Amino acid sequence: MTAVLELRGLQTSFVTPAATIHALRDLSLTVQRGEILGLVGESGSGKSLTGFSINRLISPPGRVTEGEVRLHGQNILALSEPEMRGLRGRKIAMISQDPMMTLNPVLRIGTQIRDALLAHEKLDKAEVRRRAIAALDEVGIPAPEDRLSAYPHQLSGGMRQRVAIAIALLHQPDLIIADEPTTALDVTIQGQILALVQRLCRDRGTALIWISHDLAVVAGLADRVAVMYAGRIVEEGPVDDILDAPAHPYTQGLIASVPVPGQRGGRLQQIPGRMPLLTDLPPGCAFAPRCPRATEACATMPALTPVNSTRAVRCVHPLIKGAEA
Amino acid sequence: MAEYITRRVLQALLVLTVMTLLVFFGVNVIGNPVYIFASSECDQACLTAIIKDLGLDQPIWRQYLTFVGNMLQGDMGKSFTHGVPALHLIFERLPATLELAFAALVLALVIGLPMGVYAGLRPEGIGAKLIMSFSMVAFSLPVFWIGIIMILTFSVQLGWMPSVGRGDTVDLGFVETSLLTLDGLHHLAMPAFTLSLIMMAMVIRLARAGMREVMFTDYIKFARANGVTERRVLGVHALKNILIPIVTVLGMEFGGVIAFAVVIESIFSWPGVGKMLIDAIAVLDRPLIVAYLICVVFMFVTLNLLVDILYSLLDPRIRLGGGRA
Repeated sequence: MTAVLELRGLQTSFVTPAATIHALRDLSLTVQRGEILGLVGESGSGKSLTGFSINRLISPPGRVTEGEVRLHGQNILALSEPEMRGLRGRKIAMISQDPMMTLNPVLRIGTQIRDALLAHEKLDKAEVRRRAIAALDEVGIPAPEDRLSAYPHQLSGGMRQRVAIAIALLHQPDLIIADEPTTALDVTIQGQILALVQRLCRDRGTALIWISHDLAVVAGLADRVAVMYAGRIVEEGPVDDILDAPAHPYTQGLIASVPVPGQRGGRLQQIPGRMPLLTDLPPGCAFAPRCPRATEACATMPALTPVNSTRAVRCVHPLIKGAEA
Repeated sequence: MAEYITRRVLQALLVLTVMTLLVFFGVNVIGNPVYIFASSECDQACLTAIIKDLGLDQPIWRQYLTFVGNMLQGDMGKSFTHGVPALHLIFERLPATLELAFAALVLALVIGLPMGVYAGLRPEGIGAKLIMSFSMVAFSLPVFWIGIIMILTFSVQLGWMPSVGRGDTVDLGFVETSLLTLDGLHHLAMPAFTLSLIMMAMVIRLARAGMREVMFTDYIKFARANGVTERRVLGVHALKNILIPIVTVLGMEFGGVIAFAVVIESIFSWPGVGKMLIDAIAVLDRPLIVAYLICVVFMFVTLNLLVDILYSLLDPRIRLGGGRA
């Protein structure tokens, strides 16, 4: 069975007359049907950009300069723009970060759902209305008939995110890219949205890429996790294995900086320093300047090397034996 | 909504009252209209009779009250020079001016909006640079100069366009219009275009700025990620957002256009109220000046009111008092 999504050696660059910045490098990922992949990293690590590279919505001057994005084995980077538009929303849907900003403030909820529906299907008015109500109902919005004529500002943040999810699910896409969709919500709503997305994806076998900086959220939701640092994947594998025994020092640092219940007053660990700018990357491992295990050998970029059949790490001195690059 | 409109109407009435005070007293400061009526052999007794006849012997506050009283009954006094009611003269001439202003408004939108949107979408292109230079020139060159140059070029040199007058009109029963005859449109084209230039320049700038801002918003990305066609993204999702400032400015500016029409009407000998005002000022026809000014004020106030209402229709957040759910 071919994977729903396969990224092969993806490189996304911002090309300006002054300089060329490679924001994503050598990015390879696979997402199977029904699988939830957590894409984790700090701000600026390129995780959101990965999402936009997949559905080809990077704002110029950014563009994918190398590699392939395969959807069911077909390289969609080779598609024409109209063909690509036909995939967006139908095969690949997106839920984005800030529910306050994802819905158009001057269009009614019903209009926005209708536009998304009519983008891929020919439907009459009654059918549009029926589908819109069903979609809102499915994500747990009370009185969906009344919501159709509402404007986004009349809904709470949680409700807006539900609307965005309803729109993303309209065409039963094969893949949903969720870009930190719960970050802006309060914790109880966060929990509801997580449960909702998890249920809907499980029911339909939709593959999901959950982009987040929050390891705790990913731990509870994802099947597998990929950790990004400075535009590259540094570690990848089943979420439980990685959380139990991280192989990359950066992953270990991330896990250690999550507060643990029952350890009040203890000093929180932090990773010293900050992520280097993409314009000013060290020649080898980008994490080396912050890494306690770094040696001279880290001055050459290690490859993403398998640890075992399910895991891989990009490190010269991994924390797990037998994974040396 | 009803409460909002009531409040705005009351404000408008207050403004109108203050303006009648200013206009009435302002005009009474300049010149002495008695001499228009007095022949050269008029002696003191004759002058006194004229003053009494015009009511100018009354204290000025009583003159004002009489004026307001008459105005409320729809009587703005008789024109000194024409001997007919001032309002009658104005309403006879107003359609020509409104027609000119309306044609200018339509031209500004029809030409300016696509140009601005285009310049906003490809801000670096040569087309955008040409458009922006055009808007700068249109905005900065004096209107009367452009009018004269247009007459020189298109009427005198090339002989394509008529330089003066209104052309054939069609009587619609309640109003005469030149919009429905070829000859009328032919005459209208140059003055209307000249008059529209400033508005057009503003529409271009606002549309460009709005477009550049709106294209980077999350909701436009979200619409695209749902596969909504580019035409609909631009034509509805983006356009409706950028129309808000444009409608505001155009509404405000429309009054200014009618005021500016004074210049254009003089250059192109357009038989509208502007030309009438210039003539009235030249001979100190007080009732006509006052009546015209009051009408203009009334028009401004009404326009602002209409803009507010239209604005609230475009932007649902204003309609509901800006409350967030």
